[in-house]
Amino acid sequence: MKNETGREPFAFKDCTLAAIATGKRAQNLRELRDHLMHVDTGCIYYHFWGGRLRPQFDEPEFNNDFAAWCKHALRDDIVAERLSVVDPTGFASMEDLRNEVIEILEERLYEREFIPWAKTDEQFSLIRSQIVVFATPHTISEPEQLPEIIPHVSTSSIFYHFIDARRRTPDRKDDFSTWLEGLNGKHAKLLARLADVDPYFVTLSDLRGQLTGLFTEYFAHEHTEGRL
Amino acid sequence: MQRIDDYAKITGRDVIEQLRQLAVPLRGMKVVHVNSTRMGGGVAEILHKLVPLMNELGLDTRWEVIEGNSDFYQCTKSFHNGLQGNQVVIPEALLRNFEETNRENAEKLRPVLENADIVFIHDPQPAPLLRYMPDRKGTWIWRCHIDVSRPYRPVWKYLQPFLFDYDASIWSLSDFAQPLPHPQYLVPPSIDPLSDKNIDLPESEIRDVYSRFDIDPERPLITQVSRYDRFKDPVGVIHGYRNAKRFLPGLQLVLAGGGASDDPEGEAVLNEVYDAANNDPDVKILLLPSDAHRTINALQRASDIILQKSTREGFGLTVTEAMWKARPVIGGNTGGIRLQVINHHTGFLVSTPEGAALRTRYLLNHRDILTTMGQKAKQFVRDHFLLTRHLGEYLTLMVVLKHNHADRVELV
Repeated sequence: MKNETGREPFAFKDCTLAAIATGKRAQNLRELRDHLMHVDTGCIYYHFWGGRLRPQFDEPEFNNDFAAWCKHALRDDIVAERLSVVDPTGFASMEDLRNEVIEILEERLYEREFIPWAKTDEQFSLIRSQIVVFATPHTISEPEQLPEIIPHVSTSSIFYHFIDARRRTPDRKDDFSTWLEGLNGKHAKLLARLADVDPYFVTLSDLRGQLTGLFTEYFAHEHTEGRL
Repeated sequence: MQRIDDYAKITGRDVIEQLRQLAVPLRGMKVVHVNSTRMGGGVAEILHKLVPLMNELGLDTRWEVIEGNSDFYQCTKSFHNGLQGNQVVIPEALLRNFEETNRENAEKLRPVLENADIVFIHDPQPAPLLRYMPDRKGTWIWRCHIDVSRPYRPVWKYLQPFLFDYDASIWSLSDFAQPLPHPQYLVPPSIDPLSDKNIDLPESEIRDVYSRFDIDPERPLITQVSRYDRFKDPVGVIHGYRNAKRFLPGLQLVLAGGGASDDPEGEAVLNEVYDAANNDPDVKILLLPSDAHRTINALQRASDIILQKSTREGFGLTVTEAMWKARPVIGGNTGGIRLQVINHHTGFLVSTPEGAALRTRYLLNHRDILTTMGQKAKQFVRDHFLLTRHLGEYLTLMVVLKHNHADRVELV
């Protein structure tokens, strides 16, 4: 419902993931490629995005599980680096993203005469996920409320609005940007700063802190400028 | 009994709000958990907490325990060992007794189980119950708490048919999941930060364990807390301690174990441990009752380092508990220990008694690193392995099952 200024409020949502073992495991690049050709696209989602809600330590070294496995279990730095630059938001669909990963694996298989194998207990287990999205009590009607509310929402809510949004929205932007864009270009500088936030190399707690700092600084500055 | 809001001061208010929202579509559902013991072991400990919290969130939740004779527990202990990869031979008579015991328990529990909306069956002991419930109306989920990554095939082959008809199963790690014709969810277990085993203790209570067990507070102490079970390698711990003691003559070791009512093998292993310790006055071998939670808590807090040198491990809740007390853990490189002990961050993974000795010496010679690792370990548990996260994942799973396994469920 719109408020008295005709503006849609921002209703915070939250999410949880259920992880499901597919039973498919890969011990080398060829097996990984073969499995990726047939697995549910929920697997691609989980290994690019879902991992952000799993136990992590410090900042992730790679933005997807495939790259991390190639580096740590196969010790193949080249394919790990190629996979690590795949930007999942740059693809129109999960199928396109799947094809890109397969293409990189095939290119590497073509280059190598012998393919490395992971130890039996370091196989890649393909996992798919189901996501449950639900309401929270947090709703704001003015952008100026963002610095106050962000520290109080859960990290999974941050995941939903800042990371998952890039997959489910037509222009693959975070939900805060989409909401602010509807305010007649009033916050163009803030939008530019939000676009500079790279969510893939910080923990969700750090990302929440980063957004809090960004919103706080921006609105404090705007308030000061407005008074001058 | 703890209330859900009591957890807010540890987890943050946002986590509690999340649980309440997730539970809204599940209110009033009849949920039943079934396992084989009310005391002893990680499963019973989790259910003691999880069941009241589910009730508080509005789910009509019960916990039922099946009963069996000593042959039944002998058989299920063999299952446990076999599922963890040990070659065991189980006499046909024990298998028949196992099935008959389940049939008898099914008769007793029929009214509750047939009418439940969701039934969680924990571990292999009560797994055949489903076979005796042809008129069940709810969703049945088998929850496996054991490391089944490389089961002894004859044991798995025997148990597998009992699991085929479940609607879903839950595993602690993806490496443990075995092929079954239904969705296999991944849910690591958890600890309760407000239980006697994990709650903050006054200094006096920690000091008390020094005098009670004749431990010198001025000298370094390493401790392993676990059942006397070969997979926990208590003898390997003693060898590691002895190796480290050559460089740290003041080193003391506590092995604190308890028995569970479904573990008849413990006594044999305990005797092996006494033999290995060879009356060393700095090795304390404790056999604690299953309700000695505050004592175990105090022992962990009195220790400099916690060991969990398992050669096979389901998840390793004793590791989680130790980390929650801000102690670094030297753990066996196996099972769920790998998920918790992050080398050089929260502790060290080792494969031999010699490795355990080396890391013990390193940490006791770098006290600043020991302290930092302990603090990181505690934060890691706070973020990922508390009861509230576990409860949230169960609720998520129930919501997903209610919506026919859809990839995306929007409750708003």
